[in-house]
Amino acid sequence: MESKENGTNPVVQRLKEWNAAAVADVVEFRGETTVIVPRQHLLAVAEFLAGEPSLRFSFLSDLSPVDRFPLEPRFEVNYHLLSMEKRARLRLKVRLPGKDAVVHSVTPVWPTANWHEREAFDLFGIQFSGHPDLRRILMPDDWEGYPLRKDYPTEGYR
Amino acid sequence: MDKLDSAKTERAVVTAAEPPAAQNVMVLNMGPQHPSTHGVLRVILELDGETVLKADPVIGYLHTGIEKSCEAKTYSQVITLTDRIDYLAPLSNNLGYCLAIEKLIGIEVPKRAQYARVLLTELTRIASHLVWLGTHAIDLGAMSVFLYSFREREEIMKIFEYVSGQRMMTSYFRIGGLALQPPPGWLDRVRRVIDSLPGHIDQYEDLLTNNHIWIGRTRGIGILSADDAIAMGVSGPLLRASGVAYDVRRAFPYSSYDEFDFNVPTQTAGDCYARYLVRLAEIRESIRIVRQAMPKVPPEGPFRAEVPGVIPPAREEMKTSIEGLIYHFKIFTEGFAPPAGEVYQAIESPRGELGVFVVSDGSPKPYRVKFRTPSFVNLQSLPRLAVGQLIADVVACIGTTDIVLGEVDR
Repeated sequence: MESKENGTNPVVQRLKEWNAAAVADVVEFRGETTVIVPRQHLLAVAEFLAGEPSLRFSFLSDLSPVDRFPLEPRFEVNYHLLSMEKRARLRLKVRLPGKDAVVHSVTPVWPTANWHEREAFDLFGIQFSGHPDLRRILMPDDWEGYPLRKDYPTEGYR
Repeated sequence: MDKLDSAKTERAVVTAAEPPAAQNVMVLNMGPQHPSTHGVLRVILELDGETVLKADPVIGYLHTGIEKSCEAKTYSQVITLTDRIDYLAPLSNNLGYCLAIEKLIGIEVPKRAQYARVLLTELTRIASHLVWLGTHAIDLGAMSVFLYSFREREEIMKIFEYVSGQRMMTSYFRIGGLALQPPPGWLDRVRRVIDSLPGHIDQYEDLLTNNHIWIGRTRGIGILSADDAIAMGVSGPLLRASGVAYDVRRAFPYSSYDEFDFNVPTQTAGDCYARYLVRLAEIRESIRIVRQAMPKVPPEGPFRAEVPGVIPPAREEMKTSIEGLIYHFKIFTEGFAPPAGEVYQAIESPRGELGVFVVSDGSPKPYRVKFRTPSFVNLQSLPRLAVGQLIADVVACIGTTDIVLGEVDR
């Protein structure tokens, strides 16, 4: 089951030393570390993790939103980071309220986030401020609704 | 339908209305019906004469909502959907998903199944690279390689058919192990194919590697630097052709890959020719892995883990014990409920890092399944490859990114 991190993970320690306010919570599950980041700190945390020479999380593997409807905060955006040099993975998680699902784009740090964020916008309706080209990517341009939201039916009429 | 079509055409108009970069700029639609786009990829090209000024891939024509469908299926039912994401490497997708669920529940897979999985996914890699080689060569006008590589690929497909009953949509890997006992004599068939392959690879190399036309069409075309590749999230042979020796099998070994001796081939040029060399070298490395795996797979022993209530009991047990019957009934009606939590499992598919992110809320259906497909991410680098090249070279660039549209759109 999920457990609280016991403070031994060097990446988390390094992050806390840099800015304790940027780490809201840390979860360990099946050997994977998730750092929950308040959304106003996300871009700074991303810049730090990618640029810090002892960490070098220069590769963004994946960006996956999750809809927790009807719970609030409704959306979670998961960033799967990879450090090729240190052979380490880390998951950042940002929680967003359903009424105001906006988070800063991480494209300035990892350009690969461009399409990932477009997909998240397309399928979940999450807005990424500062994104260079935020438009639908998989669904047609005139599509109504966001298909991967939990209140969007799997079959039948929308 | 009319509405849909008009929306798609409007999109071209929107792009064309952006201020052109130079005088006499022409906007050309490449695809979605174009033989070299390998499916339904559309690329909007802005051209100055024959030179590409801007390339904008438009995707989504094959979007089938697989991730949404996953949320309405039990954990075991999702396996059949994974085949259909990357239809050229179904077993790799099966493996990525099964490993993710096994990690979520905490299942130890028997060694027999692990080695068989390694063997079959390496055969998948060979088959996928052969399809790539054949179709890429035919794009660039080398017809005969296509005929040869598909002949060899068919031999591998026959092995899949013999083992799982299906050529393509195998669904052979299941949570905890394999779907069926591998049939008797399957390793003899694998050996026969594997022994004939190196000679065939030499044959392809004779046809292409030193061929002046081939070199002219691929060398120095579509260069991707290592820094760009990492920034764009590119993985797999594309990344290794740019000089970054990152392979998930080596960096984060899964399914006993740490027990195998293999190289991670790299090139430094980062052009189409380098990507061709990397993929051919990978076929040879996969042959080495298969050769090592064959004696490791024991002929007898369990091919599925035993976890009551999660993994279906053997047929014999289901027919003879009441617990077996109950578990069988429960697994196939309501499924099983893993603990709440989230896992990310990455494997090295033929195209790069295939990541499976599964969120469980403790119910028998996955709360969210996300497939981080290498084609989707790699395709994003196409503008970097194509800008400044000629239209004919865009074909080579699309070819060497080796996209599968089913995987791009999911």
